[in-house]
Amino acid sequence: MSNLIQSAVNGNSNGNGGGIAAYGSNALAVLQGSGGPLPSQYLTFLSGADTYAVGILHIKEIIEYGSLATVPMMPACVRGVINLRGAVVPVMDLAARFGGAPSGISKRSCIVIVEVQGAEDECKQVLGMLVDAVNAVVEIAAGDIEQPPSFGTRIRPDFIAGIGKAGGKFVTLLDIERVLSTEEIVELARTTAPAFA
Amino acid sequence: MNLDAALQTFIAESRELLEDMENALLNVDLACDTGEAIAAIFRAAHTIKGSAGLFSLDHIVAFTHVVESLLDEVRDCRVVLNDEMIVLLLSCCDFLNGMIDGLATGNFESDPDTKAEGEMLLAQLRRHMACACEEPAEGALAIPAEPGVERIGDGGGEERGDNDFWHISLRFGRGVLQNGMDPIAFLRYLAKLGTIKAIATLPDALPLAEDMDAELCYLGFEIAFDSPADKEAIEGVFEFAADDCDIRIIAPRSKVSHYVDLIRALPEQAARLGDILVRCGSVTARELEAALNQQHAGEGAPGEAAPPQPLGSILVEGGNVPPVVVEAALAKQKQVSDQKAQESRSIRIDSEKLDKLIDLVGELIIAGARANMIGQHIQNAELQECTSILSGLVEEVRDAALELRMVKIGATFNRFQRVVHDVARELGKDIGLIVSGEDAELDKTVVEKIGDPLMHLVRNAMDHGIESGEARVAAGKPAKGMIKLNAFHESGSIVIEVSDDGGGLRKDKIFAKAVERGLVDPERKMSDSEIYNLIFEAGFSTAEKITNLSGRGVGMDVVKRNITALRGSVDIGSREGQGTTVTVRLPLTLAIIDGFLVQVGSSIFVVPLDMIEECIEYATEPGQDYCNLRGQVLPFIRLRQLFRIDGACTRRESIVVLKLGALRAGLVVDTLLGEFQTVIKPLSPIFSEVKCISGSTILGSGEVALIVDVAALMHTVGGRAAAIAA
Repeated sequence: MSNLIQSAVNGNSNGNGGGIAAYGSNALAVLQGSGGPLPSQYLTFLSGADTYAVGILHIKEIIEYGSLATVPMMPACVRGVINLRGAVVPVMDLAARFGGAPSGISKRSCIVIVEVQGAEDECKQVLGMLVDAVNAVVEIAAGDIEQPPSFGTRIRPDFIAGIGKAGGKFVTLLDIERVLSTEEIVELARTTAPAFA
Repeated sequence: MNLDAALQTFIAESRELLEDMENALLNVDLACDTGEAIAAIFRAAHTIKGSAGLFSLDHIVAFTHVVESLLDEVRDCRVVLNDEMIVLLLSCCDFLNGMIDGLATGNFESDPDTKAEGEMLLAQLRRHMACACEEPAEGALAIPAEPGVERIGDGGGEERGDNDFWHISLRFGRGVLQNGMDPIAFLRYLAKLGTIKAIATLPDALPLAEDMDAELCYLGFEIAFDSPADKEAIEGVFEFAADDCDIRIIAPRSKVSHYVDLIRALPEQAARLGDILVRCGSVTARELEAALNQQHAGEGAPGEAAPPQPLGSILVEGGNVPPVVVEAALAKQKQVSDQKAQESRSIRIDSEKLDKLIDLVGELIIAGARANMIGQHIQNAELQECTSILSGLVEEVRDAALELRMVKIGATFNRFQRVVHDVARELGKDIGLIVSGEDAELDKTVVEKIGDPLMHLVRNAMDHGIESGEARVAAGKPAKGMIKLNAFHESGSIVIEVSDDGGGLRKDKIFAKAVERGLVDPERKMSDSEIYNLIFEAGFSTAEKITNLSGRGVGMDVVKRNITALRGSVDIGSREGQGTTVTVRLPLTLAIIDGFLVQVGSSIFVVPLDMIEECIEYATEPGQDYCNLRGQVLPFIRLRQLFRIDGACTRRESIVVLKLGALRAGLVVDTLLGEFQTVIKPLSPIFSEVKCISGSTILGSGEVALIVDVAALMHTVGGRAAAIAA
């Protein structure tokens, strides 16, 4: 998995030059393990103006933004569906999900494929998140993660798992299960549909 | 052989046999040839018992044995099969089914929870058998002239069945004496369990005197044994010798064919054994002959009683293989070859393998479509020809693969014979079931999922639909109510109708109830069918009293939900005083459909081809959303508006004319792209609220196209029109 991400990160971050690539190989070295407790690894990416991070174990792969079929009568945060090697996978627009305007498509737009648990009795679900750019895999020690503030964040506080410190900067760690909660999106769709009718 | 696999086969077979048995039981009074039906029931029980024995499933063997014994008496006309017994035997079927289910979950012992039930059933079964013995007068009418059964050997003066004794066939191993055991000791011990009625010693294995080893045991015994002990106890007698002995125990009242099998299984000459069996009194010559005659119809009148003496003596004196045994052998051979022929006609396949095949065919279709597209793109004539042949073949492969999954709906329908029978008894109503269209085929997964909704519908019809006998007579209808199940194919779907000839739905009552429940506005004008369809709303029930079966207000909405989940639809029609018909419409398959591609803006949609009647050029009455289709008004839906697709309309739009049952509507789209074999890929649950889309598919280009759910589309649009009207 790390290889995949590695290449994706490299492939999609040409603009940022060697720094990130170096960081990536660092992470890779850590992944391959040198004993001792491993700090958790996170993938950081850009959505709108903000940097967010998601635990690496949630992430299956990162793909280029490609042809996407729109599903009618869905809220704006559901961008549509893509063909992921024969499986039809829904893609969420993260910026729209956070209440902003739908993200525009640029050269660096990516779809991060994640796996979420979903409801108790359901099996794991594969979803895509449309983000503006993928940055890097960073490691954040548990001690460097702060509780999310109860207010003052740009996105809904319950979407935030914590605030991590990486490279002297704050990065918002997303609670991916909440952000991509199936029930909530179905509920959104239910309230959206009559507006279309 | 892998025993696990064999066990699975046993489980599957037993279930089928029990199903057959149930059907035969239910139809026994209808069947013109009762004997044939009873024989079928008996065979099923017997086969289950035999196979269970192979796996040492003693609890099943023990139970089935008693069932079989009763059936045997029925078959021999010693007991008359009455209604009560049919109900009892049906319960036995259920109980056996329970045991088989337990087995499927890995429970090889009898379940202590159901033990009491089993004991009760057994007691009832025995009571029926005992009846026959104690009150011979009751059964006497049905007994064909069969006076005073001749029995050779010690009759014992008891008036029970013909072969009341256990029959034990013993062949001691050579080493018994060397192992310090005395065969005679076993026989003495055996005598403690009961009475040895007859015994024959078989010295056949004894070699010539000079070859004989005095330390070896060459003897065998055939014993008729009268004992109340069960098989296990008798087997226990020989426990120490079981390892090197050949012991066969046949229960009292076993089928004569068991003895025939025994004869064949033992090493001695068949003729001698047959004679010995007869002399032991385990089986009468007459029975043996009658049984053989039965298998081999036409060979002499069945009633013809051959005196036992000739058979015994002829067999021995003739010294050659007696004709009856030849006949039995022939009959057996014929049975085997018949069975083989049947087996070769159908193969049992793990349904997972079929699913895998369908998946692969699905991928093949997508890949084929891609190749086709590239062929067209490159404009290489040879390649195009090749891909067109390929797609033709793929289409055939697809149809053949889907055909594999098709099963007849008859089996599902027949299950309802039992349901109707039981529920009618429970309700105290006289209700019959007419089944038609059993040959209509549909996908196995659909069949599996349609059982429960149908069950609800049938129960509902019986409980609410059919009136009580008096009410029916008062209304001038026959006292016996009728439920009808019918199935037929119609434009790519299967239609299942559940109808009753009961009182029909009361429109005013439904409407009042719906108003009371706050489901509709009292001012609203509704059409009949709209009112009828209210009963599919959640929490709706008009039954005054809640019965065991229905009336709790769950059910109809669940039925509707389940059917909708299968991409089907349900509709209800009724005439007051004459009955109600529920029509369920289901797709034939869930995996692959023939689709028609249309484009709106940049989105591509698939419309199931079966729903499409024709495509016409877009034209409209000014300012209206309908057009003139050869003199008929055709309302249409603008897909672009409905789905809120951006962009302006193209210059030449088209209308796809859709047909759903009697309903017809147009669908305005930008471009028609043509037919496409569509492999249905389910959509993620987050799209569960999108009613008009039933799934997705992947096009040859790798793009995703959404499949339009025509039924839901029409419903949505219709519902919206109604909302505006209100």
